[in-house]
This record gives sequence, structure tokens and C-alpha cells, in this order.
Amino acid sequence: MAIDPAVIGRELPGHEAVVERGRLRFFAQAIGETNPIYSDVEAAKAAGHRDVVVPPTFLFCLDMDKPDPFGLLRDLGIDVRYILHGEQRFEYSAPAYAGDTLSYSGRVTDTYSKKNGALDFLVRTVDVTREGKPIARLTNTLVVRNPKGTK
Amino acid sequence: MKTGDTLPPLELSDISRTTLALYAGASGDHNPMHIDLDVARSAALDDVFAHGMLSMAYLGRLLTNYVPQERIRSYGVRFAAITPLHARPICTGTVVEVEDGLAHLDLTVTLTDGTVTLRGDAVIATP
Repeated sequence: MAIDPAVIGRELPGHEAVVERGRLRFFAQAIGETNPIYSDVEAAKAAGHRDVVVPPTFLFCLDMDKPDPFGLLRDLGIDVRYILHGEQRFEYSAPAYAGDTLSYSGRVTDTYSKKNGALDFLVRTVDVTREGKPIARLTNTLVVRNPKGTK
Repeated sequence: MKTGDTLPPLELSDISRTTLALYAGASGDHNPMHIDLDVARSAALDDVFAHGMLSMAYLGRLLTNYVPQERIRSYGVRFAAITPLHARPICTGTVVEVEDGLAHLDLTVTLTDGTVTLRGDAVIATP
């Protein structure tokens, strides 16, 4: 089932996320990160940072913290069991730290099909700002496997 | 940093169910396909598989082991293959171009059986 291209341009519900030190410590542990600037405030400050540093991919995690992370997929009739992450890109404008309140605003920027409709693609672009100033732009390409479209 | 430089590889240990459970909690990605065998089987898979973003986070460690994070201007990946349970990813990177104060890096995650799971790139400001 192809995704209706009318979805391109749809604004996604925005949200604000507070970066918590404990969450960053948990994330560092989960990915095996041992550099203490990612888990310990004193070590981060000793290295010249104002607080625990948000690691490169964690901005994506805070995007998943929105109230209904799979809402768009549900609206489009996409079963989360058949999604795969296709591509992910981060363009960084400024570093983020524990204690920051980050604002997320996103939109659907593209959709297309490949392999005779066996795979559908959904591209979303999300801007992250802090007090109105850019932190990063995230571009996410999701792949939907269509079991009925394959042999 | 110059063209042809290679980053010290990062070899990860076996991705276990515990790894995926912890990553689900820490990342906030609660898609059950990564943590719930019953749901994976309901979608005709033999088992759960790793979050793509876990591998991207490992590859991010390769980068921040190499340069201070604030010098990373962009970082992107294409997920080329699923990472099965018990896989052992190896992250590698090469500097492919240095120009106008920016270094362009090619990045790869490979499993021990040779499967390439991620291909990525990063742009880093040179000192």
C-alpha cells in the first residue's frame, strides 16, 4: 500500500524535551560509552563543558519522547512491525547539554516507493532549537516493508 | 588529520537481549520488534533484531573517540542490513578528503561475518 503523497508537507505535532542527566547516564551505559563527559557532570565541567554532553545520536531519542511517537504511522495505516530505519542524518549547529530544554518541530518532507511497491519510504525532517536558536536538523527515512507486495 | 587516515576501529561485544532491553529503555524507542520475541514472530521473523540507532550510536562513539564532539558538523548513515541478535559489530572510518577546514569521513559498521550493516559519512571541522 503506497503512502498517499498528500502527506508531504504535513506538520508534525511539536514538543519540548528537557535533557536529564540521569537519562544521559543511562544512555551512555546502554551504548557502552565510557568517556565520563557523557555521564558525569564534574568530569564534563573539568573538560570545559557546562554540563553533561548530549552525545551525537541522542537528539533522535528525545524526538521519540513526544507524547505519541507512532501517531503519524498509525494515521497512515502503517504497522510498526513492518518498519525499518532506512537512513538517519544529523546536521549540528550547536552542542546541547543536560538541563537544556529543547524544542522539536518536524514535518513530512517526502514519500516514495521502490521494488514495485514492496517498499515504501517516508522522510521526515525535524528541527531542534534551544531558546529559538538552532541546535540540529534531523532527517529520518523510514522504510515500510509490505509483506503482500513481496513474493 | 589528512586524507587516508584511518580511525582506530571500535569492536563491540555480542549484542544480547539485555543490550536491546537497556537500549530500548535508554533511547525511548519502545518498538516491540526489538525486545519482544512474540511480536517478532507475529511478523514472521525468527527473532528480535537490534535497533539501527544502537549501531549508529556505536559509530558515533568511534567519531567522538577520534575528535571532540563539538567539531562534528554533520553525521549521517544508511542502514544497509538488519543487525541480528548476538552479532558483534565493528566500527571503522577513513578520512577521504580534507578541504577548506573540513574533513570528510567515510564510516562503516561491519559484522564479524562480513555483512555491512551501516554505511555513513561525517563532516568534521579541522583545528
